[in-house]
Amino acid sequence: MIRLFAADPLLTGDIDLTVLLIVIVKTLIIFVMLLVGVMLYIWAMRKVIADMQNRIGPQKAGPFGILQSLADGVKLFFKEQSEPAGSDHRVYLLAPYLSIIPAFLAFAIVPIGGTVSIAGRMTELQLADPAIGVLFLLAMSGIGLYGMMLAGWSSGSKYPLIGSVRASAQMLSYEAALGLAIVGVLVHSGTLSTRAIVNQQAWTGAGSIFTDWYWLPAIGAFVIFLISALAETNHPPFDLVEAEQELTGGFNTEYTGIRFALFYLAEFMNVITMSAIAVTLFLGGPNGPGLGFVASDSWINTWFMPIFWFFLKLMVLLYATVWVRASLPRMRYDRLMDFSWKVLIESAFLWAMATGAIVVGRNEGWNLWILTPAVALGAFLIYFVLMACVPSDKELEEIR
Amino acid sequence: MGKFSGFRITIAQVFKPKVTGDYPNSKRPKPERFHGRHVLNRYEDGMEKCIGCELCAGVCPANCIYVRGADNPPDSPVSPGERYGFVYEINYLRCIHCDLCVEACPTEAITETKLFEFSFTNRQDAIYTKSELVVDDQGRAQRQPWELWLGDEDDQTSGWMRATASAGQAEFEGKVGWSGELGVGVRAAEPSQDKTRTAIAPTSEPEEVALG
Repeated sequence: MIRLFAADPLLTGDIDLTVLLIVIVKTLIIFVMLLVGVMLYIWAMRKVIADMQNRIGPQKAGPFGILQSLADGVKLFFKEQSEPAGSDHRVYLLAPYLSIIPAFLAFAIVPIGGTVSIAGRMTELQLADPAIGVLFLLAMSGIGLYGMMLAGWSSGSKYPLIGSVRASAQMLSYEAALGLAIVGVLVHSGTLSTRAIVNQQAWTGAGSIFTDWYWLPAIGAFVIFLISALAETNHPPFDLVEAEQELTGGFNTEYTGIRFALFYLAEFMNVITMSAIAVTLFLGGPNGPGLGFVASDSWINTWFMPIFWFFLKLMVLLYATVWVRASLPRMRYDRLMDFSWKVLIESAFLWAMATGAIVVGRNEGWNLWILTPAVALGAFLIYFVLMACVPSDKELEEIR
Repeated sequence: MGKFSGFRITIAQVFKPKVTGDYPNSKRPKPERFHGRHVLNRYEDGMEKCIGCELCAGVCPANCIYVRGADNPPDSPVSPGERYGFVYEINYLRCIHCDLCVEACPTEAITETKLFEFSFTNRQDAIYTKSELVVDDQGRAQRQPWELWLGDEDDQTSGWMRATASAGQAEFEGKVGWSGELGVGVRAAEPSQDKTRTAIAPTSEPEEVALG
């Protein structure tokens, strides 16, 4: 029973007050870290986009404008909260929380550091390490979808409704691709636990970047994961859900003040969480070289360096998301759906199957020099057969 | 690359100089003969130039100037001539800064500064009265609490009339045909408007200067 909920060594023995306190402190730290992280991410995003547009960006609130998001948040807190007359009141109030709470919860499974000793107890630097692991992420992002859907539905207004219909279609489509991309890693790891996946990507030298971290062995899954994670978090170029030119704001049009801020917070928190999951699954999580000139059991190598590596990788990915945001125009809606159903899902599925065949072959001792090309050939063949079944744009034109 | 060339373009901008500046703390130099808010000038002896003729009010296309003249008191004249501007009001909610009043003025009494950054909080503030428009004893524009100035932005007050002859004739360019101003004296001519004679015009883009 205990294995279902926690593999953390902290929770395997007796659970007393110290353990409880450690868990509460960890919860608080994750909570505050996410809030501050979103604040800094929004500020950094605005600064980086400004860089890419030859501008300066926010500069008034605090040094380099670093408190700009805080100022925006304070402003939103004191704004009037209006509600349309035709809204479904209870659902309307519930929707922002359905959006924000899963966004917080999803980060719980991300390992942000190594295994450390606090007050004589060994514990992992992550809030929870459930055996269902990354499935928890998919579950939470599935619940987050309800927040958007119900927000648009309960607003009693047409633009939000269209936005939420788009949201449900888009997020369902890309969740399939996202889940199948994760399978590409799970085939290698053989476990769902994020801690176990991270431990398998341990640092054994510079070569482990290419051999142990899963981004190269699962390069196809990595690319599909990054694309569908962007779509899953409604990040440009997939922000059809709130395409302001078409929907005046999307599912959150009728929300004001702090309720709107909760949606906004959830959206950026999801970007951070998805990037953190990408770091965990593909880039070795907190694994990285320790400092050679200090003892390997000193606090620098057990506490600081894993956290440093985790945040460094996270920041590189977050910078990439901002780069994408600044570079790509929004996709057309039918292209968005085509891309998921006709390209990403097939590719992810075939990648998972091909990887599975190769992993089985390796375990059974088959000749990989024959197996790998055969599997690749088979995958390409199936892909082209599938693509041949899909009507082309021209044929669709004729059908219409 | 095609579809992805946007990534190269955006990342290249990171290493290029910024187009925008640290605006309220430093400003870009304004163009010569910029049309900002007005001042009422005074002669070098402190007398007001305005004679209350109401030509500016008559020419104003936005009807934003209200002038009433009065006879100069004989013992303490305000202006050198017979009459002076008794009431002089400009409504900056209407003014379009076309500079026609400056062209109409026979005594160069009204000119425009480069100042334009105001934020009024009520309509009364937007109507500048004579006591606010007339230059102070040093010949500088009077600063109102809602105006944002930096450095010596109030220095240039009569750019347009010192660029060319009032009729626009080129042979008068660079020739002093204007009276002196309080605190400044007779100002030098402004650079030419004619692009074929760039000798006195600045040849390079002026650098952005940090002010105050």
